[in-house]
Parts: sequence; C-alpha cells; structure tokens
Amino acid sequence: MKQRQSHQFRLEMTFRLAHFLGPAMAKITFTQAIQRHVACPPTEAEGRTVREVLEQVFAGNPLARGYVLDEQGALRKHMLVFVGGQQIGDRTGLSDAVPPEAEVFVMQALSGG
Amino acid sequence: MSQRILVSTRKGLFTIERRARWTIAKVDFLANNSPMALADARNGYLYAAFSHGHFGSKLHRSTDGGKTWREIAVPAYPAVPEGAPPELDMWGKPLPTTLQLIWSLEAGGPDQPGRLWCGTIPGGLFRSNDHGDSWELVRTLWDHPSRKKWMGGGADWPGIHSLCVDPRDSRRVSLGVSSGGVWLTEDDGATWRCRADGMRAAYLPPEQAYEPNAQDPHRLVQCRAAPEVYWVQHHNGIFHCGNDLERWEEIKNPHFSTFGFGVAVHPKDPKTAWFVPGVSDEQRVAVEGQVVVTRTRDGGQTFEVLRRGLPQEHAYDLTFRHALEVDETGDRLVFGTTTGSLFVSDDQGDNWHCVSTHLPPIYCTRFVPAV
Repeated sequence: MKQRQSHQFRLEMTFRLAHFLGPAMAKITFTQAIQRHVACPPTEAEGRTVREVLEQVFAGNPLARGYVLDEQGALRKHMLVFVGGQQIGDRTGLSDAVPPEAEVFVMQALSGG
Repeated sequence: MSQRILVSTRKGLFTIERRARWTIAKVDFLANNSPMALADARNGYLYAAFSHGHFGSKLHRSTDGGKTWREIAVPAYPAVPEGAPPELDMWGKPLPTTLQLIWSLEAGGPDQPGRLWCGTIPGGLFRSNDHGDSWELVRTLWDHPSRKKWMGGGADWPGIHSLCVDPRDSRRVSLGVSSGGVWLTEDDGATWRCRADGMRAAYLPPEQAYEPNAQDPHRLVQCRAAPEVYWVQHHNGIFHCGNDLERWEEIKNPHFSTFGFGVAVHPKDPKTAWFVPGVSDEQRVAVEGQVVVTRTRDGGQTFEVLRRGLPQEHAYDLTFRHALEVDETGDRLVFGTTTGSLFVSDDQGDNWHCVSTHLPPIYCTRFVPAV
C-alpha cells in the first residue's frame, strides 16, 4: 500500500511538473493489423488517462474510433492497450494514467480464423 | 434478368457475372468476413457488411456499381446509463449492449428513397433515412416487453435475420427473429405485433410449442406479386401463410427432409418456392452426401427434388439462410454453400451450373438488379 501511495504521489508530482513545464505528449502507436482497414499512423496526443489520450487521437481520426472502441466507449474485446509496457487494467473506463511522454501501444490479441 | 451476383463470404466479397458463362469477375475486401450484402434496386447502390474479429462490424457502400467503396456508419446501440443494471437474457446472462453482427439489410420502398432497414444480433432493428450515413435504433421494438423474451438460436444472442418491406405499402414491414417468431409493423415501426400463430417449435415442451414469440424461423420471405403470401423455413420444418400473417400452416413433405435455412419464393407465383434441405438439426449436412434443391409448385402440397448439375456423391454442403435467392423474373436462382460451392440455374432449378467449388464459406448471395 505504501509503495502504491508513493507511486501515485510520484505520478501526481510528475503531472504537476508537466503542467508547469507545458504539455508533454504521449506517443501512440497502432497495431499493423488495423492499417489495412483504416490508416492509423504513429501520433502524439495529450492526456492524463488512456481515455483522454485516445479521444484526442480519434478527434483527428474519427473513423479509427470504432475499430478500437465499441459504441459504449469500452475497449473492444480483442484489443489491448499498453502504457509504458504495462497492459491497462480498466478496459471499460480507460482510466489508467498516462505519464507525460509515455509510449502507448494499441494492439490486437492474437486469434484464429 | 440479372447478370451479376454479389456473394458475401467468410473471406471477402465476390462479384459473379454472366459472360459466355458465369464467371468470378472480381473479389473485393479479400480476407474480410462479410456476413451480408445488399444491391439496392432503387438506385443501384451496393452495400457490404463486415464482421472483423478484432475491430467490430463495419458497413461499406458503393455508388458506382462496385468500382469504389466507402465506409459508412454502422448501427450503434444507445449509451447505457452509468450504473444501470445489465439486461439479462432468458438464460440469465447479461445481454450485450453493443452491435454483435449485421445479420440483415434491406432497402425501403420506392417512396422512401434513403430508407434502409438493418437487423442485428443481439436483436436490435435499425433504420436509416440517408442511405446508411446514420442509423437509429427502432426503440418501439427494442422496448417491447416481448423482445426481452427472445432467445439465441444457433448464435449466443437473438437476432433479426429477415426483413420484408411490403410492396403494397412501405410502412408495412415484417421481420423474422431467431428465436422470436415473426413480427409486423403496419405504421413504419410505430407499433409491432408478433405474427407467428400456427407455428410449432418441436424443441420446446408441448405446452410451449405453439408460443409465437418462441418460434425459430430460419428465414422469412414474401411473394412480390401476392404479398399476402409468406414462406418460412423454420428450425423444424416449412411453414406457409396465405392470409397476411394471420395464421401459419405447417407444410409436410413425407418424401424428403424439411430441415434447412434458406427459402426463396417465386416473385410472380406464390405457390412456387425453393428450399435447400439438410439432414436435420443434429446433422447439418446434405442428405446422403447429395446436394439437392426441393421445389414446390402447388403451395406445398407436393415437392420435386432437383439434382441436375448438383454434386451427388460425398458432398456435405450446407446452405445458410441468406445464401439462396431468386431474381426478379423468377427464372434465375443462385445458392452458395458452407463449403464454398456456388450454383446458378436459369430455368427455375431444373438445371444447375456450378460456378465454383472452392470459394470461402458463403453467407449471402444477392442478384444485382439492372438499374
């Protein structure tokens, strides 16, 4: 618990510092598999959570939204998002924190067919 | 007579054309799973639905006869209020609040130029008035208390697979649900009634066997020239209705299986209908390894078994519900199978021409009307 509090404290300090220094963009990369349906080049976006970052990406690329999220705004069943190498935990609310300059990967789970 | 056929398959959208012989002219969206296609006779627009394993359902439209395609909107289920308890299906499982499959797509009447109807799994009916640029859930049906009693058939969730826009009145639309019977609106979707009286479900206990809302019609079709006549290939047999959905009667064929998915009715002769039978619910393959089409010309009193040009040994093809169609003349028929065989007839099924035996599994065949 103490470790977790300490982690959150560091995150909060990082956000405050980022706010003081100006926006630091997260880098978002999409799976190659999505590219044959809709172009999703690597991009940068601002946001403190996965939701905020992705919504900013989709504001500039609205067609991509429905490929990653369903109509209730949740991550599609067979999609994965990694932030800084860690798979996100909140697939519905997308509330996982995105530290400044984090790398965000939008990937697909492997499947047959 | 139509010279082109759209074929939706597990691995792409194929276009078949009548040249010196029926030829595979091209494939679009190769490797993408297409459960449904539509050729709109009103304006020549083509539509293709896709079900991407990872990326959800999509719709594409072509306004130039298939030369180019553009992605358009898909039906979307309305936002669920935060904290709202999930609706439970008849088994107690939470019903999805998201589009699972585009299972039927039909054009509205000529007096409703942009109108499309779309039936989906898990049971939502959607309507567009702008050629699919936007969609709205038909809430009157979705909110109907009986809709919540629909059950999944072969799929996990219930779905609307058949839509018939009445040629007498575009506001009169009937639809088939697996499993939820047949439903009718006579006021463009404002009100709905279940119209499956007379159907029998052999898979239910005797006291529930005639419950209209529990029936599993696999496919519902309506005769264009005699719109009071409907045919249904049902989960456990064939049903016929000659009185505007007042009451259905079961059609027996003592000489051949009546299990199957597809049915086509002659557009000018309500007594003529075609079926592609399988063995049974438990054995979903062609009877005795022989692919056949059964045809009645007398409203179901007798059936012929049509075999000429169809494989008659070690053939295990099954034909899905949207993969049997008749063209607007009533002479030309097409059907496609789960094992990728495609057959066309120019003489009402007397003789069949095999276009291919190695396409991907076929979900839907559509004649493209000359516009």
